Amino acid sequence: MQWFDYLGFGQQGWGDELLGGLGITLSLALLTLPLGLAIGLAVAAASVSQKALPRSGAVFFTTTIRGLPELLTLFIIYHGAGLLINKTLKWLDPQAAFFELSPFVAGVVALALVFGGYSGEVLRGAWQALDRGQREAGLAFGMSRWQIFQRVELPQILRLALPGLGNLWINLLKDTALVSVIALNDLMRMANVAVGATKKPFLFFLTVCLIYWMICIFFEWCIARMEKRANRGVQSL
Amino acid sequence: MFELLIDYGPRLLDGALMTLKLTFLSVSIAALLSLPLAILRHSGGLAVQLPIRLYVSFFRGTPLLAQLFLLYYGSGQFRPELQQLELWWFFRDPFYCALLTFALNSAAYQLEILRGGLQAVPRGEIEAGIAIGMTPRLLYQKIILPHSYRIAFPALGNEIILMLKGGAIASVITILDLMGNTRRVFSQTFDISVYFWAALIYLLITTGFVLLWRLGEKRLTRHMQHQLNGSQSTTPITATRMEESAHVS
Repeated sequence: MQWFDYLGFGQQGWGDELLGGLGITLSLALLTLPLGLAIGLAVAAASVSQKALPRSGAVFFTTTIRGLPELLTLFIIYHGAGLLINKTLKWLDPQAAFFELSPFVAGVVALALVFGGYSGEVLRGAWQALDRGQREAGLAFGMSRWQIFQRVELPQILRLALPGLGNLWINLLKDTALVSVIALNDLMRMANVAVGATKKPFLFFLTVCLIYWMICIFFEWCIARMEKRANRGVQSL
Repeated sequence: MFELLIDYGPRLLDGALMTLKLTFLSVSIAALLSLPLAILRHSGGLAVQLPIRLYVSFFRGTPLLAQLFLLYYGSGQFRPELQQLELWWFFRDPFYCALLTFALNSAAYQLEILRGGLQAVPRGEIEAGIAIGMTPRLLYQKIILPHSYRIAFPALGNEIILMLKGGAIASVITILDLMGNTRRVFSQTFDISVYFWAALIYLLITTGFVLLWRLGEKRLTRHMQHQLNGSQSTTPITATRMEESAHVS
């Protein structure tokens, strides 16, 4: 068999399996993004709060998440949350069946926490970069705090945070490879399976690397375009 | 929870030592590699720049796990050839493979950070050096490199922390670092608290390192201290730190 036979589609080749894995990788990343952004916004909101308790909570969360290896976070969620759910189920109903947390859900939660921890810092930086006068102007117009946030602050926060968030998105895409360790059939794991069957490790891992590389380059290009668009109303100095 | 620490604590500490060793070695090798490459990337011709850019883009655009598998498992496909070249002992060993992968990966990140530092050296300083007749070598040694390392210092610290955390995936290829030992202990005891102890050790290492690095930064910028304390001029340093913290290997 030639190398392109291995990567072909159909019975013999592994191309369709790899493509299926790519689908899981991308859906994992795309599902994690909104969840992670929501966590990040909540963390940012807590860290610009005037009360001490939410502020210290935000500091605790971001330093913990950013100090732990992503792999460890993933294992804590996968094993820890699974155990916790089972214990609660047993407590509620001693006859309850063993509940297994799906690797996909564990992956989304763990990656969203990581994304939330990092993006919280990025969004806080953008939030604090805004001029206080804008909020005061909003208050003078009689806008509610929510209206000010939504109409004045949020659009600017997103523009200022875009480069940082773009970086985090690329990192998220790469971090999805970690879920292959907890046996989710993503791109990385499908390559492992293919290697097990064909004994061509270099070919498949190189292919996988190239696929990830292409995805990253594509999204870098998208982010550059988005940044250009987001900054179209800003005068360059 | 604490009984576990008595039984398995030494193993976790062993793992932590392995993690520190792996991180220290790979980051140091990467530091040696990245300096000449950064200079070439900064001031070489297009024929030199292009391969370096490709290298950086590849190592920053693919997951570290995929790179590790490519090197460790992928080399198995060329076993006869490697045996002939008498290089097989290197690629057979998971530790060497992890070390090489991490060093190459970290070098790509450090190179970009250093390049940013090289670019940020004020033109006037270089012109002043030329004006008093410094040779290029002396110019680099006395002006450009000290200044660019000072600029790059916070970002380099971040990169080392990322390597420390990213290194946890070495456990996947059977290296018994902190993560590897933790997973082993968990598979034997099914006691979730081992993960929390490991988390605590990781946090202690990272915070300890951050404090240490901050001391180093203070020492490197001691000639600027009176300005830094007086006004808001600390903001550029924190700003670069925030931006760079975005990269995760």
